[in-house]
Amino acid sequence: MTLESIIRVTDVRKVFGLLPVLDGISLEVRGGEAVALLGANGAGKTTLLKILATLLRPTRGTATIAGHDVAREPEAVRPLIGVVAHGAWVYDDLTARENLRFWATLGSLEAGADDVAAALAGVGLERAADARVRTFSAGMKRRLSLARVMLARPRVLLLDEPFAGLDQRAKKWLEGRLEAFKAAGAALLMVTHSFSRELGVADRLAVLAGGRIALDTPRGSLGPDDVLRLYAAHTEDAL
Amino acid sequence: MVRALGWLAAASLAAGLVMAFAVAPREVTQGQVQRIMYVHVPLILASYLAFAVLAVASLVYLVRRDEAADRVAHASGEVGVMFVGLGIATGSIWGKPTWGTWWTWDARLTSVAILFVMYLGYLLLRGTLDDRERAARYCAVLGIVAALDIPLVHFSVYWWRTLHQPPSLMKPGGFTGSASILWPLLINLLAFVLLYAYFVARRVRLLRAEAEAAA
Amino acid sequence: MSYARRALAVVWKDLAVERRSKETLNALVFFSLLLLFVFQFTLGGDRERLAAVLPGVLWLGFVLSALLALGRTFLVEREHDCWEGLLLAPGDKSAIYLGKLAGNLALMLVVEALVLGLFVVFFDIDLGRALPGLLVVVLLGTLGLAAVGTLFAAMTANVRARELLFPVLLLPVQVPVLLASVKATEALLLGEPLAAVAHWVKLLVAADAIYVVVSLLTFDVVLEG
Repeated sequence: MTLESIIRVTDVRKVFGLLPVLDGISLEVRGGEAVALLGANGAGKTTLLKILATLLRPTRGTATIAGHDVAREPEAVRPLIGVVAHGAWVYDDLTARENLRFWATLGSLEAGADDVAAALAGVGLERAADARVRTFSAGMKRRLSLARVMLARPRVLLLDEPFAGLDQRAKKWLEGRLEAFKAAGAALLMVTHSFSRELGVADRLAVLAGGRIALDTPRGSLGPDDVLRLYAAHTEDAL
Repeated sequence: MVRALGWLAAASLAAGLVMAFAVAPREVTQGQVQRIMYVHVPLILASYLAFAVLAVASLVYLVRRDEAADRVAHASGEVGVMFVGLGIATGSIWGKPTWGTWWTWDARLTSVAILFVMYLGYLLLRGTLDDRERAARYCAVLGIVAALDIPLVHFSVYWWRTLHQPPSLMKPGGFTGSASILWPLLINLLAFVLLYAYFVARRVRLLRAEAEAAA
Repeated sequence: MSYARRALAVVWKDLAVERRSKETLNALVFFSLLLLFVFQFTLGGDRERLAAVLPGVLWLGFVLSALLALGRTFLVEREHDCWEGLLLAPGDKSAIYLGKLAGNLALMLVVEALVLGLFVVFFDIDLGRALPGLLVVVLLGTLGLAAVGTLFAAMTANVRARELLFPVLLLPVQVPVLLASVKATEALLLGEPLAAVAHWVKLLVAADAIYVVVSLLTFDVVLEG
C-alpha cells in the first residue's frame, strides 16, 4: 500500500461568471486513504469533484491526480479515476449486464464476460443481471454504477453523496465495498452534506465553507456529534 | 498604440469619404447613390478579412489553447458580422434605386447572406455558452467548419446563379474602372481595414480585462 | 481494432435502446406522414406545379426529418445522465462520433426511404430510370447532413435553447449540400443521366469528405467537457 499523495489540490479557485465558488482550496488524499469533504449545499463540493473528474477547469491553481494535471492532461487522468455521482450513467433500456459491457468496451477495458459477471456478483446484482435497468431501484442503480467503476479498477474514487437514497442494508454493503477499495490502495474522496455513514469509512474529515477548506483533521475517534459541532463552529467562523 | 490606430482609422475614413463624395466622379447612369459603393465594397471586403482572421485564430486556439487567440476570434466575429450586416444594408440601399429591388438571389448576394447567417450563428453560440473555456473550444470548431464551408458555398451558389456585377476589382484582367474611381475605393478600403483592426483591438482589450477580473 | 469495437459498441447500444424504446423511429415515421399531408394540402392537386417543386419539397421533407433525428443524437445520453460518462470515457472519442454517425445515417436513410415511398405512392410519381442516380444523390446528401449534424448535436447537447441553436447552426453550413442535392435531384427527375450532374455529385463528395474528416479531428475537442 502506497502512502504517497495521489490527489493533490493546490490553491484551486473556481469562478462562475463573477461568483467565486472555490476561493483557494488545498487538499491532499493519499493512496489507501478516504477523505470525507463536508459542506452545505452550494458550498462548492460538487464543483471541486467535477474539477478533479476533469469535467471543469479551475480558474486558478492546480489539481493533479497521480502527478497528471487535470486541466492540462485530462486524457491521462481519465483512465485513473472512477466517478460515482448523482447520475448513475446507466441506460434504462439496457440490462445491467449490457450496460457494463458497453461501458467496458467504450473504456477499452480488458473485461470479458467473466469479469462482468464477477462485478455484478460483487455488487449483489447477479440475479438482476439481465433485467432492464428501468426496473431498478435507486440503490440498485447505485450498485450498478459501482460495478461499472469496479471493472475499471481505478486508483482514485470520486464520490458525490454516495450514501444518499440507499436503504440501511445497501449503506452497510457500500461501506464494505469502499473499505475494499481502500485496502486495494485507491484514494477516495467523498463529498457530502450529511454526517453519518461516510464517517465510518473516512480516515480524514475536511470541511468546505466560504470557498475554502475550513477544517482538515484526522477522524480519529470523532463521532457524528463531534463532527456536527466542529462543522457548525467552522462554518460560523467562515461566515 | 491602439489609440494611434484609432486616429489613423478615423483620418483615413475621413479622407476616404471626402474622396468618395467630393472627388470621385458622378456616375453617369446611376447618379449620386452610386457613391455608396465606396462604402459598400470596403465593408464587404473588410468582413472577409475579419472572417479569415477568425478562421486562423480559431485554428491557433485549437492547437495552442491560447486564450488571446480566442479573444481575437471572438472580436473578429463581432466586427465581421457588423461589417457584413452594414455591407448588405448599404448594398440594398444602392440596389433599390439602381436596379429597382432591395434584394435578389444572385450568386454574390446569396453567398454573402449565407456568410452573414453563419457567423451570426457563431455569435449566438458564444452568447449561449457561459463557460468561457467551453465557448472558446466550441466556437473554434465552428469557426473552422464555417471557414472550410466557404469555398463549398461559393461554388454551389455560383453554379446555381450568376447575375451580380462581374467582379471588377479581382478579375484576372485587372481593374477596368478609371483611376478616379480606383483611388477613392482603395483609400476607403484601407480606412475600413484600419477601422476593423481598431475595433478588434479595443474589443480584445475589453475581453482580456473581463477575463482578468473574473480570475 | 479497439477503435472499431468502440464505434460498433456505440452503434449497437443506440440500436438496442431504440429497438426497445421505439421512441425515435415511431416519432419520425409519424412526422413523415404528417409532412405528406401538409404538402398535399399546401400544394394541392396541380400536377404540373407539383412536378416543378417536387425536388425542393422532397428535400425539405428530408431536412425537416433530419433536424428532428439529428437533434436527438445525444438525447438518450442526456436523459439518462450518461453524457458525463461519454466525456470521461478514456480513449479516442472520434470512435463515438463514428458510431453516432452510423446510427444517424441508418435512421435517416430509413426515414427518407419511407418519405420517398410515400411521395411515389401519394403523388403518383414515376421514378423509373432515375432511381439509381437518385439513390446516389440521396446517400451523399444525407451523409453531408449527418456528418455535420452529429458534430453540432454534440456541441449543442447541453446548451440553453438547444432546439433553436441546433438548426440555426446547421442550416447555413448545409446550404451547399442542399443546393447540390436539390439541383441534382431535379435534373435526375427530368430524365437526365447521372453524368449530367457530375459537378453536383463531385461537390457532394468533396463536402462529405471535408465534413467527416473535420468532425473526426475535432470531436475530441468538443467532448472534452
